[in-house]
Amino acid sequence: MKANCWISPNRVQVRDVPDPVILNRRDAIVKITSTAICGSDLHLLDGYVPTMQKGDIMGHEFMGEVIEVGDGIDAARLRVGDRVVVPFPIACGACAACQMELYSCCENTNPNAGLAEKFFGHPTAGIFGYSHLTGGFAGGQAQYARVPFADVGPLKVPDGLTDEQVLFLSDILPTGYMGAEMCDISPGDVVAVWGAGPVGQFAMDSAWVLGAEKVIAIDKEQYRLRMAEQAGHLTIDFSQVDVRSRLLEMTGGRGPDKCIDAVGMEAAHGSAPIYAYDRAKQAARLETDRPYALRQAIMCCRSGGVVSVVGVYGGFLDKFPAGAWMNRSITLRVGQCHVQRYMKPLLERIQKGEIDPTRVITHRLPLGKAPYGYDIFKHKQDGCEKVVLMP
Amino acid sequence: MTDDNLMRALGWASVGLGVPPVLAPGEFVRAIGTGDGSRQRVTIALVGVRELAAAAGLLVQGSPVWLWARVGGDLMDLGLLARALKNHDGRGLGRTVAAFAGVVGITGVDVYGAVTRTRQKTPMDLTAAVTVARSQREVYDLWRRLENLPQFMAHVDEVRTTGQSRTHWRASAPFGRTVEWDAEITDDRPGERIAWRSVDGAPIENEGDVRFVPAPGARGTEIHVTLHYSMPAGKLGEAVARYFGEDPHQQLDDDLRRFKQLAEIGEVVRSEGAPGGKRARREFPQHPARPLGREELAEEAGV
Repeated sequence: MKANCWISPNRVQVRDVPDPVILNRRDAIVKITSTAICGSDLHLLDGYVPTMQKGDIMGHEFMGEVIEVGDGIDAARLRVGDRVVVPFPIACGACAACQMELYSCCENTNPNAGLAEKFFGHPTAGIFGYSHLTGGFAGGQAQYARVPFADVGPLKVPDGLTDEQVLFLSDILPTGYMGAEMCDISPGDVVAVWGAGPVGQFAMDSAWVLGAEKVIAIDKEQYRLRMAEQAGHLTIDFSQVDVRSRLLEMTGGRGPDKCIDAVGMEAAHGSAPIYAYDRAKQAARLETDRPYALRQAIMCCRSGGVVSVVGVYGGFLDKFPAGAWMNRSITLRVGQCHVQRYMKPLLERIQKGEIDPTRVITHRLPLGKAPYGYDIFKHKQDGCEKVVLMP
Repeated sequence: MTDDNLMRALGWASVGLGVPPVLAPGEFVRAIGTGDGSRQRVTIALVGVRELAAAAGLLVQGSPVWLWARVGGDLMDLGLLARALKNHDGRGLGRTVAAFAGVVGITGVDVYGAVTRTRQKTPMDLTAAVTVARSQREVYDLWRRLENLPQFMAHVDEVRTTGQSRTHWRASAPFGRTVEWDAEITDDRPGERIAWRSVDGAPIENEGDVRFVPAPGARGTEIHVTLHYSMPAGKLGEAVARYFGEDPHQQLDDDLRRFKQLAEIGEVVRSEGAPGGKRARREFPQHPARPLGREELAEEAGV
């Protein structure tokens, strides 16, 4: 089959690789009909996530048709022919973390747990196409994929919904939603979202659905801000204005009640010297993550507010504003999305028309053009917001 | 400080031999009759520094590595003295011969110490714990079927029941060797504890126990494992094994993780990067995260 493989930093290539086979009894093989490039794939592309190896298949947002199931799969749960969306964290459903619905912290699905715990203190779940630190599972930017615990994660798609309507249930829609949910939004809340990429857009929509009074998008890409505006959100262009002053202006001097970091470890920055400082430290491996959006969110958030982080961080950062965080009673809530928890409720919202996930799609490409898709997405060319790949 | 008398004695001897050449290199080379040119003085000062390093290693660390370092130093000194004898101008020849004889004697003691201390078995204790979302009885039953152990213990290839409380074990050891031994169960309390020890003549004497304790908050069962065994080649062996990626603490943690997988989900989880399940011991570099080809699959199945 064809698959998009990581070759070296800043290089991916579509290669011929063997077709997947069942390795565990509760595996299924899925023939992929749609897959997507995620913002977090760019962290892998750029080489900021350790333990990538040449030839690793990328991709953790995919859906398709079940063509084979292992003998441990209960036919009542999943059968050949079912059309499914696959959540990116691989979860066993049986461990204490899964019982608490902390699926991305599953205790059983990372065969490289011994390695992961050295980075994170305790291991986390396996993730498709997301380095060997999260298990070394082949990803979904391919024609076929092996899906472990196929009777736990994958969501059967009801008839009448297109791939594009449900594909993002695999990651970015639940991730954006969890970002808003962690804010405990109450009526009257002003929610500011750093990053108007796809996850940021869905965090904004979700904050709105969950009852926010005002939602503010912060970015510097005009087309991304326009997209947020078209969805009914307010915007701040951080390349033009000082974010903190503008936020104070928009909130009567209080600062936003809730802040969502949908940027993560490779933040861009309005101030050239500070950007250069973090870039240099990151390049010299003195810090692994550039936490500019997170620092600003904590400084801007009103006292007693919530800063919710769904942008990806991988390692260590410095100049963390612990003083602001502690002295102003700010709550920091974080987590790699527990996708399985949100798939069904969000499917219902899509069916009711409350959320339209297709609004972020700007490019539809054949799988063979994946490297081009990575390129325009990374460099924000051609108005690229979200690339869907068709195998 | 080390409590091994021989190592301590050799450590202090190193101090005695190291201080004079560093403080007074000229007097020292004249004392052993090898001429007192600047080259000889610098050489003997360096030999003194080496002795002091070995002294610190022996007295503080007490590792046989330092005894082998001393043996290496002795051979170097013998070489230097042999050359001095060959080019000798005759003045103080007797003193040089005496120094040579002295070093031969010290070398003998060092070799004896190094060999015996390396052969000596050092006891090693390992502990690890994991919480499994199953009842005490369920996890006890799974563990008690000792034939199951090779499924999750990376090094254990086979466990066979040979008698009432007797079992025969076969395990792989570092550097491709295989070790076998017999063990007996010394305590067996269903749902609570299993203890065992190797019987006489085992190449690696070992004993251990596993306790099953209810986890607070109805979270299942805590499994606490204690292993006690004598490492061949002692600390040196452990250091070498660690260098080759065989850290015993890590192994035990990984074994328990796989046991948890067996207990909670019924099998050991495999990924494309680690397709070998428990054989995925060598963590990096792994197989790339892409499906295995036919030959690769056959190889995994055949191992």
